[in-house]
Amino acid sequence: MSEPTPALQTPSQTVGPFYGYALPYAGGPELVPGHHPRAIRFHGTVTDGAGEPILDALLEIWQADENGALMRELGSLDRDGFTFTGFGRCATTIAGHYTFTTLKPGAAGAAAPYILVTVFARGVTHHLFTRAYFAEDAALHASDAVLRSLPADRRDTLICVSEGVVGGSDSYRFDIRVQGENETVFLDFDA
Amino acid sequence: MTNAPASQNEITAEIEAIEADAAARVAARVAAGGSPELQPRRDYAPYRSSLLRHPTHELVRVDPEEVERVSPAFGHTDVNVLESDLTIQHAGEPIGERMTVSGRVLDGEGRPVRHQLIELWQANAGGRYVHKRDQHPAPLDPNFTGVGRAITGDKGEYSFTTIKPGPYPWKNHMNAWRPAHIHFSLFGTAFTQRLITQMYFPGDPLFALDPIYQSIADADARARLIGQYDHSLSVPEFSLGYRWDIVLTGPKSTWMESEGADE
Repeated sequence: MSEPTPALQTPSQTVGPFYGYALPYAGGPELVPGHHPRAIRFHGTVTDGAGEPILDALLEIWQADENGALMRELGSLDRDGFTFTGFGRCATTIAGHYTFTTLKPGAAGAAAPYILVTVFARGVTHHLFTRAYFAEDAALHASDAVLRSLPADRRDTLICVSEGVVGGSDSYRFDIRVQGENETVFLDFDA
Repeated sequence: MTNAPASQNEITAEIEAIEADAAARVAARVAAGGSPELQPRRDYAPYRSSLLRHPTHELVRVDPEEVERVSPAFGHTDVNVLESDLTIQHAGEPIGERMTVSGRVLDGEGRPVRHQLIELWQANAGGRYVHKRDQHPAPLDPNFTGVGRAITGDKGEYSFTTIKPGPYPWKNHMNAWRPAHIHFSLFGTAFTQRLITQMYFPGDPLFALDPIYQSIADADARARLIGQYDHSLSVPEFSLGYRWDIVLTGPKSTWMESEGADE
């Protein structure tokens, strides 16, 4: 066996418009069932630089559980209705809207709790990463490395709007503006 | 921007102007010890759909937290081993040139990415997707869906059996055609390594004309998307073999100079 040799990364290409029969799967948006006693609704609209909804976006979320633990459980693709895996996938509707049913994450490590959100779409040549934080964790936001580094108006694009209890569950709205006014902050981890 | 769709010549001229500019600037940057352009441009005007779908602010560079440094786990309880054969999903055999695509998934240090999920989707031999928004007037194949999944092995290896997809027209500009390609979706050991991309076939005459392939302005980088014909992978009387290795990287490994760049 030869030693591993460093190699340059394979570039990204757009997900294109025709993934709809391939990537979404049954249960993808439901990290927990809607009747879970602590289920939250995590939803929003994805818009482009003209303010128009992006109706062919694909979103993935990845997050810690309520205690801040990252899961190693199998079953994200074939959910059993009981095992929380922390991963979800949802295609936007023709209104550009997405809805996940999940748990509010606890803090994992030094950062304030957040849901990692990944956006794929036709026209997006390389996926976009962002984080959805929660307004009620404001005390922790002051020491969060990302939030602290941003001017206030841009920081607010990373914080969910708390909508109170809707249909028996706490509801959080996280709109994603890919371009333009109030453009969402997107993150580059290849520092 | 005018409302009339651009001609191929106009698109090609835009592509060539961006490439010439990139080549000059990247050569200077690499000569100074910097990184070549490894990824597609987000703002790439020849690909019209990118115009309103790229952020205008610089991405904010951050150190990943634990959430980004790990990845969801997948396994054979999620993916049946038969899902890597796209030619056995229906009552009959799909029409087209039967082929296998095999390779390894590696990280930027050359280590295998073991037991992770690969998803793949593609058009049929006539260049038609099953997707309902694809209204290209080429026939659907009742024996081909064009979706596969697999879990990588102990050495990061994978292998799919499928048929070669056809090129197809799209509406980016007048007489726009995509080179034949297979879409791939990959997970690494860290969520920062998440990748969706496309594999192409050697020698495609449409490469120079295609704004999606050309959105990677660096010729060496985009060549990494081309699977190589490998006769040793061809199976007598059955299929042609292509090899395509996929390299994912995580944080701090985008570009490492041998001579002590700081991480």
